Amino acid sequence: MKLTGAEILCESLTRLGVKEIFGYPGGAILPVYDALGKSKLHHVLVRHEQGATHMADGYARASGGIGVAMATSGPGATNMVTGIATAMLDSSPVVCITGQVSSKVLGSDAFQEIDITGITMPITKHNVVVTRAEDIARTIREAFLIANSGRPGPVLVDITKDAQQASAEFSWEASTPKLPRKRIRQNHDQAEFDRAVELLNTAKRPLILAGHGIMVSGAMRAFEQFVRTGSYPVAMTLLGIGCFPAKDPLNLGMMGMHGEAWVNNAIQEADLLIAVGMRFDDRVTGDLRTYAKSARKIHIEIDRAEINKNVKVDSALVGDAREVLEKLIPHIETRDHGAWIRHIAELKGDSAVRDIQSLPDTGHLFAAHVINDLWKETNGEAIVVTDVGQHQMWEAQYYHHDNPRTLITSGGLGTMGFALPAAIGAKFAKPDSEVWVVVGDGGFQMTMSELATIVQEKLNIKIAIINNGFLGMVRQWQEFFYDKRYVATPLVAPDFAALANAFGIRGERITKRGEVLPVIRSARESKESVLIDFRVEQEDSVYPMVAAGSSLSDMIRRPNNPLVETATEP
Amino acid sequence: MQTLVAYVENKPGVLNRVSSLARRLAINIDSLTVGPTENEEIARMTIVAHTDERGAHRLEASLEKLVDVLLAENISSRALLDRDLALIKVSADQQNRPHLMELIKVFRARVVDVAPESLIIEVSGTVDKIDGLLEVLRPFGVLEMARTGRISMTRGGDLLRPPAAPAESVAAAEDSK
Repeated sequence: MKLTGAEILCESLTRLGVKEIFGYPGGAILPVYDALGKSKLHHVLVRHEQGATHMADGYARASGGIGVAMATSGPGATNMVTGIATAMLDSSPVVCITGQVSSKVLGSDAFQEIDITGITMPITKHNVVVTRAEDIARTIREAFLIANSGRPGPVLVDITKDAQQASAEFSWEASTPKLPRKRIRQNHDQAEFDRAVELLNTAKRPLILAGHGIMVSGAMRAFEQFVRTGSYPVAMTLLGIGCFPAKDPLNLGMMGMHGEAWVNNAIQEADLLIAVGMRFDDRVTGDLRTYAKSARKIHIEIDRAEINKNVKVDSALVGDAREVLEKLIPHIETRDHGAWIRHIAELKGDSAVRDIQSLPDTGHLFAAHVINDLWKETNGEAIVVTDVGQHQMWEAQYYHHDNPRTLITSGGLGTMGFALPAAIGAKFAKPDSEVWVVVGDGGFQMTMSELATIVQEKLNIKIAIINNGFLGMVRQWQEFFYDKRYVATPLVAPDFAALANAFGIRGERITKRGEVLPVIRSARESKESVLIDFRVEQEDSVYPMVAAGSSLSDMIRRPNNPLVETATEP
Repeated sequence: MQTLVAYVENKPGVLNRVSSLARRLAINIDSLTVGPTENEEIARMTIVAHTDERGAHRLEASLEKLVDVLLAENISSRALLDRDLALIKVSADQQNRPHLMELIKVFRARVVDVAPESLIIEVSGTVDKIDGLLEVLRPFGVLEMARTGRISMTRGGDLLRPPAAPAESVAAAEDSK
């Protein structure tokens, strides 16, 4: 069957199971758009190509499948860079398809020509230029394979316009992927495995560091069995949240820079750390010289390049988290670790009392109230997509996720502007799930044009803006480390409720704690999108905190009464 | 200094990916040589990098993550045969020419081009040997030099071959997704 390159692309995407493409048309990708119009693929018109990549990323993270973003050459492609880097740092399988000028003028600085494969080389798992129609099907199939195998990541396929226009014989059988024959390495030897088993069976104070890799490998069931057998307390990375139910008594919650002090202290006191699908990021470890000095370490990780990168480990079990855990389970002895678990409970001490949720209602509206009420009202079952900053940390602290893939957030790159578009992608992946955007007033203003995409696609997404009139996390650092010199952090915003109305979305503004639950209820009852502008305390800070580069043992604790330090009485 | 060998797809852009990766990891490359192997679809690289064992591990593992890299291995601790090749153009007049020829003989180098005012000397061997020759040639006036950088091979039965055909069909992997 003879098809044009553009038709081959659409046919291949359809056969690979793609339903939606997030994109923005332009000259060098027009033949593909013409073919898209004749296909069954649904194209979601974004308002900026960065949004397209975040949507594909949100789609991938919510579904576990592959998200597809599309853009034209030149500025269309360069606008994707931030979204691609976001997907790379968080190991998210995204396939980006860009148009490129005709192969005859490649390298001539033609209109809207840019070397996008050169630009994205360090931020993609792989990228490739296609100049012949007959190579398109195979290349797309290879891109899908690469994106979602091993440690997932973004792949960019740049297709020249002449390749889209030319005709070629299309055969699915003949376009089987031909990836290089790579060495198949043995993951770890028996001695390494035996050492891990011995460490696990002799530890007195073991603790698991659970990361994103558990979800990526679909290891939730094996992980739970592993945890139960050994009675290991579990601390989670930001991206690990959801891999193990928050309500489980063995789940301690998030570790690291804004983890609870007692969780970090437990890590510092542990005699064995079992890291699963995480990479000892600096936001998790703090100062490496003082990190978990009394602990032996086992690292279960699919990416060999992560072994001994930041933290030297005693046993490295390279491999898929699920496979490794399933192999370990029959060898570990059943334990209860009662004394150790009771000790951790003691470490918890009065932190619950210091918690803002325990304070009497003074009429002040804190972000923590909003998030905690949202959690209660949604039974912890919504998909929450956050942006980056204070609200992101409050979400991690006060929304308790019991299910995998229900917290979608930019961890590694920390991309502001991620939340709104990523939520659109998540909604397409899980149309029957309730999707909430939790976003700051700063990040929201970076990509708020995607409100138009929500309206055009008639989506039901709830948006909670945690509006404190500041670039809050940066302000907090200025408060703590720059003597309250608030340079470039006070932020003027439009009337978000009125703005929502201008887009055709219902908008609400909330200023009092008592109004939070009713507005969340009423938003949930609506079948359409609702935007709520929560005007929260302006100078509230995220506690506790490990200052960047400090030891995990050395945390800035919650003040007993946040109002004394952060706000004046009304 | 660490020595790595990599087998890569012999196609455009792969060298860029490899060198760009080293730059991203903030590892300085001392020399990188690349050439075809007995299989024309596969090229072999010898990478000499300014880093420690831990950096070399990271470079090796990260290289193998590149789709076009079939195999990467740190061979620094193994018994190696190292070779570097240099062409050195040195100024030579009637007076000093005999003395030069003697030195060249000592280093088992060869004169491959003779001109009235200069000679081109070809020398191969370990990096140290070439550095040594260069040192003694300097007083005569080194006009130009080209060096290949080091190529390395493990000695004897310690084979480092590109991987054979894939164990399982790629199509099967695609279907399982």
